[in-house]
Amino acid sequence: MMTEVRPRIRLPRSASAGESIVVKTLINHDMESGQRRNSAGETIPRQIINRFTCEFNGVMVLDAALEPAISANPYMEFEAVVPESGEFVFTWYDDNGEVYTATETFEVS
Amino acid sequence: VAMLPVAAAATPVDDAIAAYTGGAAIAEGGVTITAPEIAENGNTVPITIEAPGAVEIMLIATGNPTPNVGKFTFGPGSGAPMIATRMRLGRTQDVLAIAKMEDGSFASTAVEVKVTIGGCGG
Repeated sequence: MMTEVRPRIRLPRSASAGESIVVKTLINHDMESGQRRNSAGETIPRQIINRFTCEFNGVMVLDAALEPAISANPYMEFEAVVPESGEFVFTWYDDNGEVYTATETFEVS
Repeated sequence: VAMLPVAAAATPVDDAIAAYTGGAAIAEGGVTITAPEIAENGNTVPITIEAPGAVEIMLIATGNPTPNVGKFTFGPGSGAPMIATRMRLGRTQDVLAIAKMEDGSFASTAVEVKVTIGGCGG
């Protein structure tokens, strides 16, 4: 039913150690609210991304519990501290039990 | 809908707030919400919330069928208690952000967003 889920991440090109950077993420997902009806008048079951997390080198940056009122293709922008070079891990949890993960390495100067 | 013989029925919004704060007092202000005054499309309304000193932000759309929008917890790797996202608004309403501070207290700010085309159902 849904097209392939493909996370997109945007990080600044560079930062110095200890700096706070802006992280932008987007994942394509219908975020079916469970409140819509199909042409036959039947309720379309809810299927959303219900949780999103971002960690840097194993340290939690953001843990978000999401409800159906988050728009389709959920967008999250937030700030993360990068004390050293390392890896961001982004995780999206789908109502259907699937978990989507994206990783990005980041080098501090 | 039949009238219930209850004097003070809590609204879903009251319930959502109480569920989050446990009934604790909420200070006014201390949270900055940036959202459009008028949203032409309620399906995707951009919003930015900043709450200096907060460890968590609860976002509530007071006029939606289900008020809760999201709960954003800032971990030790967070650079600032700030979140920007996009949300659905069913109609013109107040959007409420409640910040949980480091000391466990709560602060909140609300802004009205006028919605031209609602973002629920359809």
